[in-house]
Amino acid sequence: MPLVSYISLSAVLFTIGVMGVLLKRNALTIFMSIELMLNAVNVALAAFARHHGGLDGQIFVFFVMAVAAAEAAVGLAIFIAIFRLKKTTDVTEINLMRW
Amino acid sequence: MDAAMLKEIGEIVVRMLIIFTAVFTGVAYMTLVERRVSAWMQDRLGPNRVGPQGLLQPLADGLKHLMKEDVTPPGAHRTVFILAPIMVLIPAVVSFAVIPIAGDAINLQDLGLPWDWQIKPFIADVSVGLLILLGLASLEVYGVVLAGWSSGSKYPAMGALRSTAQMISYELALGLAILPVILTTGSLRLQTIAEAQSGTWFGFIPHWNVFIHPFGFLFLLISIFAENKRLPFDLPEAEPELVAGYHTEYSAMKFVMFYMAEYSAMIANAALMVTLFFGGWQVPGLALPQPWMFLVQAGAFAVKTFFFLFLFVWVRWTLPRFRYDQLMNLGWKVLLELAFINLLVVAMLVAAGVM
Amino acid sequence: MSLDTILASVASMTAICSALMVIWQRNAVISALFLVLNLGSVAILFLTLGGEFLAAVQVIVYAGAIMVLFLFVIMLLNPAPLKERFASGPVVTGLTFALGVLFVASLMRGVMSLAGAGGAMASVGERYGSTRSVGELLFTAYLYPFELAGVLLLVAMVGAVVLARRQAPGED
Repeated sequence: MPLVSYISLSAVLFTIGVMGVLLKRNALTIFMSIELMLNAVNVALAAFARHHGGLDGQIFVFFVMAVAAAEAAVGLAIFIAIFRLKKTTDVTEINLMRW
Repeated sequence: MDAAMLKEIGEIVVRMLIIFTAVFTGVAYMTLVERRVSAWMQDRLGPNRVGPQGLLQPLADGLKHLMKEDVTPPGAHRTVFILAPIMVLIPAVVSFAVIPIAGDAINLQDLGLPWDWQIKPFIADVSVGLLILLGLASLEVYGVVLAGWSSGSKYPAMGALRSTAQMISYELALGLAILPVILTTGSLRLQTIAEAQSGTWFGFIPHWNVFIHPFGFLFLLISIFAENKRLPFDLPEAEPELVAGYHTEYSAMKFVMFYMAEYSAMIANAALMVTLFFGGWQVPGLALPQPWMFLVQAGAFAVKTFFFLFLFVWVRWTLPRFRYDQLMNLGWKVLLELAFINLLVVAMLVAAGVM
Repeated sequence: MSLDTILASVASMTAICSALMVIWQRNAVISALFLVLNLGSVAILFLTLGGEFLAAVQVIVYAGAIMVLFLFVIMLLNPAPLKERFASGPVVTGLTFALGVLFVASLMRGVMSLAGAGGAMASVGERYGSTRSVGELLFTAYLYPFELAGVLLLVAMVGAVVLARRQAPGED
């Protein structure tokens, strides 16, 4: 497939991820949408790497995956801590600091 | 879709038929082997009525399970309940796609058949075969966790949580135990690893990895026991503790699928151990013309795999089971450290040029 | 239509549809399963791009570990599925979707204007994307980020353990 197809796919996946983060109520689904966005970026990086014939893009994907793993772990730990307090996954309920 | 592609697809189908028939027959007869060997160890007779020496017992068991009522608990999430056994079975069976059973390919014309088709000793020649196997081992966890969640009751949920935690803990030690072999062989391709173990030392000790990496083999063995949830690591499905763990609520064919998945994974892992540490299909010191060499090598592979399956059954009926905290302790505080140290030592030896 | 193109097209379609299902589902577990499907399709896309090591790592790390962590947390907490699908009312949701479509359209316009984007990819050797090539680059040119990533994972691990720990009785 030509480069433009891969990048378009990446754009679409990224936008779907953004929609998920902005619109969903369940905190876990918001986390998953963040993973969608990171995945979309990975596709774009790998496609560009192949386009130029180098491997630097793939190395970057490697690091993005490592960071995504770290972020998922810490994010879920925070979520567990909040869930123990509020007993709900609804983000609209977690509004103690709203003015 | 030209003739060449059709021929290639035909060859792949033939290989798949051979290997998957062998696997499913093996799975069916492992149930019988388990019962007869355990009976032999407990000084009693196992099932020996159905057919000569009980050889038709798996057939009878299969028919029985087919005719059982398929119960779905009321609180279950239907789609995922049906999906879970499938998700356990698929990675276990797909693992066989990359494991080689013999050295070189044979041509059907050598066997006297008129077609010019090659039968390669593996289904797929992947250059990252070992990583595929590790990935499939990671995917096996999904069926377990989904089975527990979708059953909608306490015991499966608890059992699934514990099983999942156990499996992901020992996956790390599994990967680390395999790494020294990759370091000394220099490739992730299973056929290359098997071929690198050819020849002998002093004329009679085969050049197998188990003599070069004894500790790696030991750690791999323990991790595989834990990954397959076999005793002494089967607390999550032990009857006095958790009824039947994550597959409590499953009956009839879905339960059979779990059972089949467990035995397929066992056979795949035994085959992996044989390929990595015991030379795979290598028969040292023997050189026959094709196609006899293919059959002898495949036979040797089967014998070595069967020895490990026997070991699985033997250990199951000999050792008591670990408590859950002892199990997690062993996985994280003991095995992981020792596997790391093993890897470090081998890496230093490889860098120094000794290995 | 080579096998590569067919595979890439099917994988792309699966990726988009499963991503849509991730944000459409009410039940977090089903969302997670669709995300796993998405990650699998992206792994196949990596394969078509010549990144075999990357595809394997994607399956092992992302689909095999991170998503298992997600499912584990969902199972552990066992939250009830929420009544509403979206956080805001229908007007805001519709508006956001429309803005999203505009966003994609503008991104695509930017993509189309890339020089040489419509042509074929650079031809690469057989060793492209192999474990050896990636490893060589990772441990020579990118050694410093590699070590930093290791430290980052350690910090994240310690942080996650501390954050999710139950307070023992008697502790603050």
